[in-house]
Amino acid sequence: MPMAHARLSAHQYLILGLVSVCAPLGNTCLSKGMTGLPPLTLAHPLSLLAAVFTPWVALGIVLLIGFFASYLTALSWADLSYVMLATAWGNVVVELLSHFVLHEAVSWQRWLGVLLITLGVGFVVPGPSRTERPEVAEAVLVAKGELR
Amino acid sequence: MTLPVFSASFWAATAMIAAVTLSSTAGEVLTAAAMKSIGDLDQIRARAGLTGAILAVLTCPMFFIGVFFMAVAFFALLFTLNHLSLGLAGPATASLTVVTNAIAAQIFLKEKVDRRRWTAAVLICVGVYFLAH
Repeated sequence: MPMAHARLSAHQYLILGLVSVCAPLGNTCLSKGMTGLPPLTLAHPLSLLAAVFTPWVALGIVLLIGFFASYLTALSWADLSYVMLATAWGNVVVELLSHFVLHEAVSWQRWLGVLLITLGVGFVVPGPSRTERPEVAEAVLVAKGELR
Repeated sequence: MTLPVFSASFWAATAMIAAVTLSSTAGEVLTAAAMKSIGDLDQIRARAGLTGAILAVLTCPMFFIGVFFMAVAFFALLFTLNHLSLGLAGPATASLTVVTNAIAAQIFLKEKVDRRRWTAAVLICVGVYFLAH
């Protein structure tokens, strides 16, 4: 199955950037909110719903809604296996923010992690974003009137 | 956070991380399949406006099945974060999901996960592991 080497537009890279940033920031907010609550049990599932209305969890949910909207858009023009790899750089963003904005110490293992993720993302982003199926490509050409 | 291997807490942590990973993968694969069937959202929005794009998504039944599994993954993550630290649960679920998503995309979505993508997946998976330290 051949792969198209479709080049993404600046707008599409922006969408991938939003996916990258909103998800880790949202998860960090959720973590901050959930660790501040008393331990939850499956015996009281409604307490899990009540947690949704606490400030940090609510902010996390807003960021995750932003992530979801941009994620759906990205999936409509790129492969799942491309989107998830290309947006893994969000982990690095959180690490860089914690070091340069919050002035937290970052160990060499973490810097190695940053390097490996950056290498992985740099490896996949310039590649094909979508698996092109011949029958779909033919249908598109027919629709455009370029093939009869 | 270090858990004694094969203790009850180890198995509980493994079950929680597995639940988040598997439900997340199911949700993402079903959602990706739905979005593939709908087509390019940017083009739909240009043709039918934002309302048309939203309608195109909301009238796809597979999208809601995907969202259901994503909701299961979300509440499983909330439950997990209440019991495990983000330093353990975050990287473990993130790195495992990279691998399970790549496998599921290849099997169920017939995506071509070539050597470039597998290399990137391994680098990112190991990178996320090191970020946990």
